[in-house]
Amino acid sequence: MTTKTTTVLDARAVERTLKRMSVEIVELNRGTDNLIIVGIQRRGVQLADRLVRMIEGGEGVTVPQGSLDITLYRDDLQTVGPRPVVGPTYLPWELDGKHIVIVDDVLYTGRTVRAALDELADFGRPAAISLAVLIDRGGRELPIHADVIGKKIDVGQGERVDVLVAEVDERTEVVIVPKSAA
Amino acid sequence: MTAAFGKDLLGLESLTGDQIRLILDTAEPFKEISERAIKKVPALRGSTIVNLFFENSTRTRISFEFAEKRLSADTVNVSAAGSSVSKGETLVDTARNLEAMRIDMVVIRHSASGAAQFLAERIQSNVINAGDGTHEHPTQGLLDILTLRDRFGDLKGRRVCICGDILHSRVARSNIWGLTKLGAEVAVCGPRSLLPNAIDELGVRIFDRIEEAIEWAEALNVLRLQFERMTAGYIPSAREYNRVFGISRERLDRAKRDVLILHPGPMNRGVEIDSDVADGPHSVILDQVTNGVAVRMAVLYLLAGGKPELAEAAKGGSARGRESGDRE
Amino acid sequence: MKPIVLRGGMIVDPSQGLNEVGDVLLSDGAVTACGRDIGRPDEVEELDCTGLLVSPGFIDVHCHLREPGREDVETVATGARAAAAGGFTAVCAMPNTDPVTDNQAAVGFIVRQAQRAAAARVYPIGAISVRQEGKVLAEFGEMVGAGAVAVSDDGKPVTSAQLMRTALEYARTFRIPVIDHCEEPTLAAGGAMNEGIVSAQLGLKGIPAEAEEIMVIRDILLARLTGGHVHLAHMSTRGSVELIRWGKERDIKVTAEVCPHHLSLTEECVRGYDTNAKMNPPLRTAADVDALREAVKDGIIDLVATDHAPHHYDEKEREFADAPNGIVGLETALAVVVTNLVEKGYLSFSQLVERMSCTPARIFNLPGGSLRKGGVADVTVFDPSARWSVDASTFLSKGRNTPYDGMTLVGRATCTIVGGSVVYRSGNPAHERERN
Repeated sequence: MTTKTTTVLDARAVERTLKRMSVEIVELNRGTDNLIIVGIQRRGVQLADRLVRMIEGGEGVTVPQGSLDITLYRDDLQTVGPRPVVGPTYLPWELDGKHIVIVDDVLYTGRTVRAALDELADFGRPAAISLAVLIDRGGRELPIHADVIGKKIDVGQGERVDVLVAEVDERTEVVIVPKSAA
Repeated sequence: MTAAFGKDLLGLESLTGDQIRLILDTAEPFKEISERAIKKVPALRGSTIVNLFFENSTRTRISFEFAEKRLSADTVNVSAAGSSVSKGETLVDTARNLEAMRIDMVVIRHSASGAAQFLAERIQSNVINAGDGTHEHPTQGLLDILTLRDRFGDLKGRRVCICGDILHSRVARSNIWGLTKLGAEVAVCGPRSLLPNAIDELGVRIFDRIEEAIEWAEALNVLRLQFERMTAGYIPSAREYNRVFGISRERLDRAKRDVLILHPGPMNRGVEIDSDVADGPHSVILDQVTNGVAVRMAVLYLLAGGKPELAEAAKGGSARGRESGDRE
Repeated sequence: MKPIVLRGGMIVDPSQGLNEVGDVLLSDGAVTACGRDIGRPDEVEELDCTGLLVSPGFIDVHCHLREPGREDVETVATGARAAAAGGFTAVCAMPNTDPVTDNQAAVGFIVRQAQRAAAARVYPIGAISVRQEGKVLAEFGEMVGAGAVAVSDDGKPVTSAQLMRTALEYARTFRIPVIDHCEEPTLAAGGAMNEGIVSAQLGLKGIPAEAEEIMVIRDILLARLTGGHVHLAHMSTRGSVELIRWGKERDIKVTAEVCPHHLSLTEECVRGYDTNAKMNPPLRTAADVDALREAVKDGIIDLVATDHAPHHYDEKEREFADAPNGIVGLETALAVVVTNLVEKGYLSFSQLVERMSCTPARIFNLPGGSLRKGGVADVTVFDPSARWSVDASTFLSKGRNTPYDGMTLVGRATCTIVGGSVVYRSGNPAHERERN
């Protein structure tokens, strides 16, 4: 088995994909009214940031943007140990009646999204919640699906999909890391 | 992943600067949870925590209880007055009984130095020291340090003076350990009869006069004067203590710079601290109380994940359960 | 009783300046020959002592046997057997029993219990004051008549200087030493360990060295005033050594003892709140330990005594400040002294025998302390180089409270003979059975 990582999307491909996703989000919401984009810590936050800038650029409006750290809502604290640093949750708006679009980098088992849904419920009662992910790699363990998908890929058991964004990783790229290197 | 700092939190003496910073950093996001409409996250759902208080302490107990409840833990309060402890049960029997009830954590306050360690060595549950005799009160030390960090940022080279009864103060000991590990300069000021004889060996500066301490310090942590110290003959009277060591507006006004005022509470207004200082613009006493809940949430949260044997058993199995793009 | 010949051991007897390989013949409860060429007497039990040291029996002038009152913790019999296993042929039992050993009947009780035990000899020490209350003088004369060899309120200091003065004066009639537990009670009140950096860090109330030293100098001055003999129990500080030196230089009748734990452990042992490191006087600093070792070497401190203080295990299993003081010492004393003083070059084996046998016998006017012909047949045979790991669960004492548990020490008694009878022999099935 090779230990080389395989690039799925390079920086320009990521940008193109996000552009399409931003259009789909506006279509899904039938405009930008009542729309709030919420990124999941950490890479989801940067992706949400880019999506919001694209939507604002295209539509000429301001879109509220928040962030969500689901660490405290995970179901595996006892077994995997705590994340030392819990990121900030930033949701300064009344969520009631709004349409929330959760943004994350990779959709896999669905547990992170489950936790995000639980956390959002503690902040209010949105009219609807949708999910936008850059990569859907399959392997769901919960009945959760994404409404807006950047790219669907088939990834083997034990392989890992890493989304790198320039804001934190110094380059933007989506790669598959094979088992032995994972 | 193994525990960030072992099974228990018994004191700050045994922690490294990095471990203290980890707790403080973890406390930061917990501050925000207490600002939410629903002040509760499910992180410790299903955990059972016993607050075992052999000494009265309204404020520390309430602070721990809020922290536990905001993390969704189930809590039971045991106070010495209402338990078999008052019927002469020994600490070791109490410990064994708690263990038999399969609890996850114990928060213990006890009048004997070393009681928390004693308990921790005899039970598998996590033990958090909420004050043992005149030894340590680590969560108070952490919340004091978090409050200082909120104002000062990095504490390296910052000058903090702890004022009052150092000899009998667990708060003083935890502060001295914690602050020095983060690179702060620490001094103490109080009557020599209330300072340990060997205090200079702890690496702190000593001021005999409060005026000199105020002149030197950027922050004063003013300790509560226990009234039983007078009856035990350590100092003559509260009145004289206030005259010689009390933190007053006049004394602070004479200082070149503004001095931040901390007090672990409860305060004796007009004894160790005057009301206009306690309620004044440089007092962060209520920030300390707010930070207390966040720090305790951080400690509970970090210890809750710290079950290495569970983590070992769950490896492999849980690896699949994690998001593949997950951030380690 | 068959005579015993101890064959081929290294005889160490400072009372006769002996330090040579030879034989010792014991018959009818006395030493009948000692040295080379003692011949081949008929009908004797031979004990091969090749490679072992043969010395006059060790005498511990300070132990607590808890009977009457706390027979669950120790009895005269278990204490006497533990003593024998540690190489002691005689011990002096402190009077802080319940009731206090403050009258001739109580003294006589202990004497009888000791005879019945038929192990190490046990000499009672009577109380200085009735019920050890520090008020009314106890009946020294009657207690001495019943077998007491000294008086002490040990466990408690004699706080009244006037009472101490009277005791020293009154004891002169009976030629017995007055033993004081030197501790200024107001300075030591509530203290759980040595006062210093460790107590400051652990948040435990400290006992300053001065609490001991103030009473040491008081007692020395009272001995000067009265001409009485004061014996200072369990010295623990460098300052005490200086004060005793001062007294001895002026020919004041002061003698002093030190315990094995004060010669080997420091206050650092208290870290972790180990209650087996809690004793009174407390473990002090490394500088104190050094000074005490030098003082034993120089003879400023006359002898080593154990302060054997058994406690029930669950009494020690508690918060440090509330745990009782003291550790058992009879079965580790020899090894602790060999390991910390002989191996480290402070004492020769001859000096060790002097501090643990000859001097205690002389100061307390007890039989033994010599293998001279005609003397009492109390003999300790020990292996000076045996390395062994302390296992408190095998102690013959009922007490298990020792900070040495699990430590490897050097030197161990192999045979203890009292009045010509073997009362302890390592590897003897009968004695091993007692261990379990």
